[in-house]
Amino acid sequence: MDFLIQLFTDPVAFWNSHTLLISQIGINSILASSMFVVLYSGQLSLAAPGFMAIGAYTAVLMDLYWHTPLALNIATGTAFAGVVGVAVGLPVLRLRGVFLAIATIGFIEALSLGVILNLPITGEGLGLKNPNADPLGGINIVLVSLAAVVFLLWRLTKGRLGYAWTAIRQDELAAQSQGIDVARYKLIAFVVSALLAGFAGGAESHLNFFVDPNEYGVPRTVQVLTFAVLGGSGNVLGPVVGALFLTTLPYVFQQAGDYIGVVSGVILIAVIIFRPQGIVGRGGFAFVRPRWWPRAQVRAPSTR
Amino acid sequence: MGQQILNAIFIGSIYALFAVGYTLVFGVLDILNLAHSAVFMLGAAVTYTLVVNHGQSFWLACVLAIVAAAFMGLVIEYICLRPLRRRRAPPIAALISTIGLALIIVAAIEQGRPGTLFAWLWVDGANPVTMPPGTFPNPTWHVAGLTLEGSKLAVVPVSIALMLVLGYVMRFTQVGRGLRAVAENPRAARLMGIDVDRLISLTLVISSALGGLAGILFGVALGGISPYIGRDSVEVRGLAVIVLGGMGSIPGAVLGGYLLGFIEVLAVVLLGSNVRAGVAFAALFLMLVLRPQGLFGAQLRERI
Repeated sequence: MDFLIQLFTDPVAFWNSHTLLISQIGINSILASSMFVVLYSGQLSLAAPGFMAIGAYTAVLMDLYWHTPLALNIATGTAFAGVVGVAVGLPVLRLRGVFLAIATIGFIEALSLGVILNLPITGEGLGLKNPNADPLGGINIVLVSLAAVVFLLWRLTKGRLGYAWTAIRQDELAAQSQGIDVARYKLIAFVVSALLAGFAGGAESHLNFFVDPNEYGVPRTVQVLTFAVLGGSGNVLGPVVGALFLTTLPYVFQQAGDYIGVVSGVILIAVIIFRPQGIVGRGGFAFVRPRWWPRAQVRAPSTR
Repeated sequence: MGQQILNAIFIGSIYALFAVGYTLVFGVLDILNLAHSAVFMLGAAVTYTLVVNHGQSFWLACVLAIVAAAFMGLVIEYICLRPLRRRRAPPIAALISTIGLALIIVAAIEQGRPGTLFAWLWVDGANPVTMPPGTFPNPTWHVAGLTLEGSKLAVVPVSIALMLVLGYVMRFTQVGRGLRAVAENPRAARLMGIDVDRLISLTLVISSALGGLAGILFGVALGGISPYIGRDSVEVRGLAVIVLGGMGSIPGAVLGGYLLGFIEVLAVVLLGSNVRAGVAFAALFLMLVLRPQGLFGAQLRERI
């Protein structure tokens, strides 16, 4: 409760004492937006942490070996993630639904367990020290870019691209028969998602003094998927709200102490059951009368 | 090499047993039940707690752990799946609610220390523990340079027998016919007078009991029981197995389980233990890209 009270009574002190948390919310929001793009085009791709890892390692390694400026590092990391996104997307996007999800899990696990843990340059399993990180100053980059990302996605979803994605999500076959180049629009969505995830990875690496290879595995992808679906994947703001909600949950329920995992699980189930479409989205709460609940008495209209 | 082949068969049996439960739920409901790995962990944890902390006999503990796992199946159905089915929510919503339940189970076990709320369930927190020697008969033979441990050997016939029984039930009994009808088309099955909700509950109970049993066998034969064994050892591998075998196919899951066991052991022998997991996932990725219908093609594509 202290958390919320401080937020409303003393926002400046809140900002100063929770800078890292706010940055993390921003990073998580960008990641959730990257998941949003693929979900919006009807693809269950779970590759985000893989592209994050590419963005993060590229940015940190460039800084360590070439001492290039930060903007260039992050831009290169993002671009590299996009290139890998094209290379992975081309073969994978023939798959649908759960098959795509599992193929992308195969990709991130092969990348983190097979490549990153075995390359000498990435520090193998020990991770990579990043002495030039700036945990407090990074917040500006994160928040500005989050605003830019949300605006950009909002414009995209309202344009030609967004309508094509919606059509593909609702019925791929019908979209194809209307002359929409399904494969091309799917690949665009996949690559945009990879770019966003690569950018989030590069920006996140600037906030931490240490790049931990274990960060980029399946638990992370499950977390990001939860942000996007819980927030609502039909609206640009949904993933941001989902990331905000779930990242602050442990702080809002500080009394739960060690049981925060249990409490978060209960809240997660409750939210998804009462709002299956996500927090942001159309429609009200989905209340369904349980079988044992007495039925409202409806009198039959008289036939006289 | 002989020892490695034995290991492959042994670990493959556990993967298969775990994946059969996974694929059963997917085959009937088209939903990935991500709480399955938490149930796997619960089976091992409950057995350990009953034997070590409550002084019960090993066999009674096994039976009670399977009952507990089967009960978790009912919890999954009544809390995570049925409310969403009533609301006609998309399958991805059920994915999130089962993630929530897995989070609760793992967090509850993780927080189990003496004097806490869950001390009756678990007292070792996040530490891995191993069954004390002598709790179960474990005769060991040395034949032709191979070490044969009773506990590991027992896994193979137990798994195979159970999977055969399940196959028989699915093919030749009234319940199995009902389940296959539900898998084919729930609406038509309901019109034919099949109680769909009851059969789905039954599916979850069978699936979770098998998952719990797989956990017990894993914990007994390999030790290192911790709140994370489900997530770390079988969750993603289970997905790999059901994809290798063709989604929703029980014989496919069995063959896929043994195949994954062999791939992993082969990767260790040929390339060293560092790349074991990475190779398995790279194989999964290639497999999906090259043969999305599963390794065994159309013959096993018939659901469950």
